Amino acid sequence: MHASLRRVYWWLIAPAVLLMLVFYIYPLIQVLWISVTDPVPGLGNYSELIDRALIHRIWMTTIRVCVITTVITVVCGYIVAYTMAQVGERQRTWMMFCVLLTFWLSVLIRAFAWVMLLRTQGLINTGLQELGLIDQPLRLVRNEFGVIVGMVHFMLPLAVLPIYSNMTGIQDRLVSAARGLGASPWVAFKDVYLPLSKPGLIAATILVFVFSLGFFITPALLGGGKVVMISEYIQVSFEETLRWGQATMLASTLLFSVFLSLALVARFVDLKKVFGAR
Amino acid sequence: MKKDPRVVFGRCVVYGLAWTVLAFLVLPMIIVVPVSFTDQYYLSLPKEGLSLQHYAAFFEKEIWLAATLDSVIVATCSTVAALVLGTLCAIGCWRLASNAAESVRTFMLTPIIVPTIVQALAMYRFWIDLGIMDTYFGLILAHTLIAIPYVVITVSASLANFDVRLEQASRNLGASTSQTIRWVILPSIVPGMLSGALFAFTISFDEIVVALFITSRNVYTLPKRIWDGIQDHLDPTIASIATMLIVITLALLLTELWARQRRRARLTERIEGGEA
Repeated sequence: MHASLRRVYWWLIAPAVLLMLVFYIYPLIQVLWISVTDPVPGLGNYSELIDRALIHRIWMTTIRVCVITTVITVVCGYIVAYTMAQVGERQRTWMMFCVLLTFWLSVLIRAFAWVMLLRTQGLINTGLQELGLIDQPLRLVRNEFGVIVGMVHFMLPLAVLPIYSNMTGIQDRLVSAARGLGASPWVAFKDVYLPLSKPGLIAATILVFVFSLGFFITPALLGGGKVVMISEYIQVSFEETLRWGQATMLASTLLFSVFLSLALVARFVDLKKVFGAR
Repeated sequence: MKKDPRVVFGRCVVYGLAWTVLAFLVLPMIIVVPVSFTDQYYLSLPKEGLSLQHYAAFFEKEIWLAATLDSVIVATCSTVAALVLGTLCAIGCWRLASNAAESVRTFMLTPIIVPTIVQALAMYRFWIDLGIMDTYFGLILAHTLIAIPYVVITVSASLANFDVRLEQASRNLGASTSQTIRWVILPSIVPGMLSGALFAFTISFDEIVVALFITSRNVYTLPKRIWDGIQDHLDPTIASIATMLIVITLALLLTELWARQRRRARLTERIEGGEA
């Protein structure tokens, strides 16, 4: 290609990149900068990570909820994707339809539906009480149970889609061959199918874990101030105390954890594939 | 071949589990529909009869309509901006096909990875400096930035299937760069652009975290009203909005499935016709 032509194509790229650099990357750097300069220069804000029990507890809650959510989501997602890869065209279309409908529907609306179902005077509790199955309403929301239910619901399509797209590339003949050579159904699945579906499984795990770490809406609505995860705490510490140093420190730590998780897995998988860029 | 009973049994269990998971996905959304027709003044299933009062509340109350209008304005503008910028960027990266261009494309994905709360905080601070807090321009700019990566991804995906030789042919026949882009490249990436636009619109229309931070009174989007409604007293109007959104999502999804099936049918027709 001629140098002049190359320049033309760089001009096509320039507006988007410049916009991103000035209005996205620069503000992020500013957050990192404030975290080490406000109120006084130094790593004073970061020492809170070690000193303050409250922040320990919030980080522990965040990681616990994220790990549980990821495990449940990936296992359930694998079952759905596996079934989709096995059943006939008609049934598959229906299953895909359910997944995509959930995927495209507003996050806020989905969280709303769960609050409506799970709260103390919610549909599940009133239903069970009218049936005489329980006397006291169950505590289904404003605790980790509610948050995890909502998060799994949000994350499931994100797990099903990459696992399924990987599975469509697996040849069924390989499993048949293993069976023909005398492997039991379980062994054929475990030793042949499962390893072949590993790339999709890993991709789903990363996506779900990374998105869970910084998730705000569902934990804030279903946790009801009782289960405070890091994102919500950032909002609270910023809105109520206006302590920029602390808020930016926590935001920076969250940002680092996300990039660290991605860097760790980037050694095993092609991340661009995971995010659909290739 | 005779089926192994163990396989049949295992299969039934797995399929049953899969449908249970799907029921868990879909049922909570379906239950919203009857609730939206309740005759009560609080969120519940209809007791004595059906009522449209919560739909009426949406269409009669100024705040809901104004919020919807704000959301449509912001989502439309940011979709157009993200679509133009993202498409040009994807075409440039695709055509340059160098390592540098590849890094640019990866770089453009940053907003997908950065947690929303972090970007909200960052934008809040910078938007104050710029003096665009609580303005339409500020929110549109923010949503454009968040949506660009999705356009880049979808357009890049459809460019990956595009034959480079077509572009070379167009140049050899004397077309300029802008003519080539307009007449050769753009028409063949329209499906990618459409799904990118759909992504961008949905993301903006549904976005709440950044909106909570960088807008207050002047710009009040629908998600912000819904957020308030959930936190205050679970306003039943939200159930009617939810039902309407479910219907819209359903309609869009069905259209998409239908279009895809028609494309596939036409393709098979063409292949079979070619063979005959």
